[in-house]
Amino acid sequence: MSGTDVRDAITRAHREEWARVVAALTRRFGDLDIAEEAAAEAFSAAVERWPADGVPPNPGAWLTMTANRKAIDRVRRESRRGGKHEEARMLYDDAPPEPLGVIDDERLRLIFTCCHPALATEARVALTLRMVAGLTVAEIARAFLVQESAMGRRITRAKTKIKVARIPYRVPSGQDLPARVSGVLAVLYLVFNEGYLATGPGTDPVRHDLTTEAIRLTRMIRALMPADGEVAGLLALMLLTEARREARVSGGGELVALSEQDRGAWDAALITEGHRLVRERLAAAATGAVPGRYQILAAINAVHTSARDVRDTDWSQIVALYDRLVRLDPSPIVALNRAIAVAELDGPQVALAAVDRLGDRLAGYHAYHVTRADLLRRLGHGLRSRAAYDRAVELAGNTAEIAYLTRRRDQLGRPPSGGGR
Amino acid sequence: MQYLISVINDSTDLATPEEDAAIDVFNDRLRAEGHWVFAGGLGGPDTATVIDNRGEEALFSDGPFVESKEFLVGFWIIEAPDLDVALRLASEGSRACNRKIEVRPFL
Repeated sequence: MSGTDVRDAITRAHREEWARVVAALTRRFGDLDIAEEAAAEAFSAAVERWPADGVPPNPGAWLTMTANRKAIDRVRRESRRGGKHEEARMLYDDAPPEPLGVIDDERLRLIFTCCHPALATEARVALTLRMVAGLTVAEIARAFLVQESAMGRRITRAKTKIKVARIPYRVPSGQDLPARVSGVLAVLYLVFNEGYLATGPGTDPVRHDLTTEAIRLTRMIRALMPADGEVAGLLALMLLTEARREARVSGGGELVALSEQDRGAWDAALITEGHRLVRERLAAAATGAVPGRYQILAAINAVHTSARDVRDTDWSQIVALYDRLVRLDPSPIVALNRAIAVAELDGPQVALAAVDRLGDRLAGYHAYHVTRADLLRRLGHGLRSRAAYDRAVELAGNTAEIAYLTRRRDQLGRPPSGGGR
Repeated sequence: MQYLISVINDSTDLATPEEDAAIDVFNDRLRAEGHWVFAGGLGGPDTATVIDNRGEEALFSDGPFVESKEFLVGFWIIEAPDLDVALRLASEGSRACNRKIEVRPFL
């Protein structure tokens, strides 16, 4: 086997087995810290040994066994220093290796623990990317533009809270489950969105690593909870959004609006997969299942990705879907997105009236000013449009979006003397 | 595993009769289900005295150790197997006494 093949095998094992190894060890040793460290050591051992010894026939079993040994070593070392407690726990749990189905459940336990509502949102995101996705602390720190040491402290603090406050390592049951699932999905959506519209002057406008990781984790949860409609909805939403990634930023690094994108550059395979999921949820809705917000957002994106070009878009369908979403989530951001669709159906004047009603709540949100700027431009109010673009550029954090907005503003040209509107 | 449930408020106003009744119901439940350890209400921060006897003689100072807009007005100590159970009980406690609540584990 060549060096490249071994490297590929290690990369694949890391992608496929990391969460399983961490989950199995957390279960056995009751400690995320031990599990994380032992899993990392097992992968280092693989990097050292596989090139010489060859890739083992069952990489997952090799990694779990090696990590187990590393963890036992650590627990023994610590118990010699006085902590008899951990050794007792370890000796107590001598259960035989779990069958595959149960191990899959353990990854779910891990996800629910990392996304526990008693942890701060940033801590949930960081912990999920470290423990479940297997990103290094350095990678997570880079993704969220914080110092590696600060990210390390954030993760350590979360692990300590889980241990000391005894956040349980289990899949929540019955009445708690829906709220806890939506907590997990919120973390994944946050990771995806940070990748899709990355903030900060020094970052790429689209962080492919984050969108890919979010999709991979959502696929994992989809495999573990195939009956959950919102999980399917979120996966479809991510796929249909990710499908437009290549068309969304121009060669010059400028954001390309949906209406101006080259639809031939959209990823047909992702769209097909996303549409299949949306159809699955539509069939469920037909038998009485009530779609949640991710399913509705996915359906909206399915309408967009079904249109050959922007003129072909079924805007009445999109407005109808937003009406459902508004009933579920009366936030001003949903109302703003609805207004954007209304502009296509009933014209910019009607939409502007709806957008202006949101001013007191969305004055600090860049998309509010982007929308107003566009509607005012279409209505021929050059001066007011320019002022709205100015504000939008000030508030936007994404480099590609700032480039796009600046160009749109400059296309408005100088106002003629006398202040034509 | 024991947890301290602190009751936080920005006034020393006593519980209303309705709140008292709800707290009684909640306490009965804690006892019936084996969660009860101890509970009590506290006098306001104005009644606190801070003592520092690390030096040569004990120093007394009038008032709480930290002045804040919100402060501890009472507490429960409960027995619970994990944080999920503690949080569920604390949520019910917050509803019963009609105050904000903080949960912390004992070491």
